[in-house]
Amino acid sequence: MQDYENFRKDECPPWLKDGAQSEDGRITINFGPQHPAAHGVLRLVLELDGELVTRVDPHIGLLHRGTEKLMESKTYIQNIPYFDRLDYVAPMNQEHGYCLAIEKLLGLEVPKRGQYIRVLFCEVGRILSHMLQVTTQAMDVGALTPPLWGFEAREDLMQFYERASGARLHANYFRPGGVHQDLPPKLIEDMIAFCESFPKVLDDIETLLTENRIFKQRNVDIGVLTREAAEAYGLTGVLLRSTGVPWDLRRAQPYECYSELDFKIAIGKNGDNYDRYLIRVAEMREANKIMLHCLKNLPEGPVVSTDHKITPPRRAVMKSSMEALIHHFKLYTEGFKVPEGEVYAAVEAPKGEFGVYLVSDGSNKPHRCKIRAPSYASLQALEHLTKGHMLADVSSVLGSVDVVFGEVDR
Amino acid sequence: MSVDFPALAGEIAAALPGVTTKIAFGELTVCAEATNIVQVMTTLRDQFAFKSLIDICGNDWPAREKRFDVIYHLLSLTRNARLRVKVQADEATTVPSVIPVFEGAAWYERETWDMYGVRFAGHPDLRRILTDYGFEGHPLRKDFPVTGFVELRYDDDTKRCVYQPVQLVQEFREFDFLSPWEGAPHILPGDEKAAMAPNATSGDPGKK
Repeated sequence: MQDYENFRKDECPPWLKDGAQSEDGRITINFGPQHPAAHGVLRLVLELDGELVTRVDPHIGLLHRGTEKLMESKTYIQNIPYFDRLDYVAPMNQEHGYCLAIEKLLGLEVPKRGQYIRVLFCEVGRILSHMLQVTTQAMDVGALTPPLWGFEAREDLMQFYERASGARLHANYFRPGGVHQDLPPKLIEDMIAFCESFPKVLDDIETLLTENRIFKQRNVDIGVLTREAAEAYGLTGVLLRSTGVPWDLRRAQPYECYSELDFKIAIGKNGDNYDRYLIRVAEMREANKIMLHCLKNLPEGPVVSTDHKITPPRRAVMKSSMEALIHHFKLYTEGFKVPEGEVYAAVEAPKGEFGVYLVSDGSNKPHRCKIRAPSYASLQALEHLTKGHMLADVSSVLGSVDVVFGEVDR
Repeated sequence: MSVDFPALAGEIAAALPGVTTKIAFGELTVCAEATNIVQVMTTLRDQFAFKSLIDICGNDWPAREKRFDVIYHLLSLTRNARLRVKVQADEATTVPSVIPVFEGAAWYERETWDMYGVRFAGHPDLRRILTDYGFEGHPLRKDFPVTGFVELRYDDDTKRCVYQPVQLVQEFREFDFLSPWEGAPHILPGDEKAAMAPNATSGDPGKK
């Protein structure tokens, strides 16, 4: 074990300097933290034997903002925006996990329309995240067109985010008990139009990549994962499914209205990068189907629970109702209190199982909120996945495990 | 998820003497002793098919004698069930590392060490993970201030980043909005003496 603690904070220990050579001729190189293929701020210390990778040591925490600490001094509603900033590629999926945890402690029911809107936007998040992953992975292995094509669709989706919540990225749209606002009717029409044209975008991207010789050479049989390793590392989501395990929380432990929806779960066979690419494309098609179903069958009714001890009253009611005004005042100063206890709520985020372990001491602020980020587990498995591969495969595998540093570093 | 938790809890209690089980909010919690955590985890993995380690985290209860909880979340794909294992620790006691049972425990234990200062015996590489190189203290402890102790800035004279004691332009404001009539005890300045008086009824109307 190297002695990191005794080095000055701005000084690089000599064994980590670029090109440092050990006695057996192995070279240590530094990858990142500012590297286009690092997908954010990742610093990898790689030990190479020639061009073969023998050791991978990710240094994370460069984007650590102390989310969990900050949450302990804010009320439950004030904490929702922090979740947008975790996996900033699919913000609403994160908020969903947190809201589910609070609802579990409170025993709060979400109205049907609220559930459908939540599912709708979680699937938007899934497409946002997978689209980014698929196209930038193509870029990592040398193709430039897929990101240009795919980001057009992402832009459309982010505009839907904006029209529903007011912000393209940091939505702050979900609330314990439902969602903040109802959708405008024109937005629903536009989203249906998008869903009908979106499969064509996927077809186009697939013609670029699926049978592309270079893409396959860089991805087939690279970063192979087995079911046993995936379980031991606590991997979930696409990484686990690529090993052939049909495990999807939307199906296995359904939350919201997923048990009423008809969708397929894509699984892989070989557990390599290419399988993961195919699964993500298939999941985007399924997500599109779920979105269309939700949009066409959106039930009528309230979008958020009408228990005004938890959810704020509508602005219009506040003008005439004293009780509504009191509720509003209480909720935005003291917030609501959550019964004492501890829960773990998990959602199937695009990158895997996103869990929130919430401990309440009965007050209006969480005593502890642990965020279980899927990327954290995936990044830990990076060494297992890349050991013995070539240096050039590191960026390909790193792209394929799909890490976002907002949630790795928290 | 329709798991028969009472039956599972009974089986676990029978297989592992010395643990206590608790079911709350539809979730099963197993409380164990820190010293035999490796044995508990091995049994849960091999006999009860909890093969995925989802998470390890810490929790701090400063008022308690052993102030830290270490919480392990397990998942069984075949049973479609989740399980939580809790052990207690403090600064002086070490918790045996569960890396021999679950390879994925390494980073989670590093994080718990980094955030709370819980030591894991037998961990091959117990470095800090999320905080900066050379960071001092354990930030998620309840006695660590939210604003921290040091801040980083670029020093133009020496042309490098320097750490300096944190200087707040404005005091960190922690609002106490809890209603004085319910919830946490709300003691007005001076009132704490009234509560200590021998024949005091109650110095604090909000005390539960």
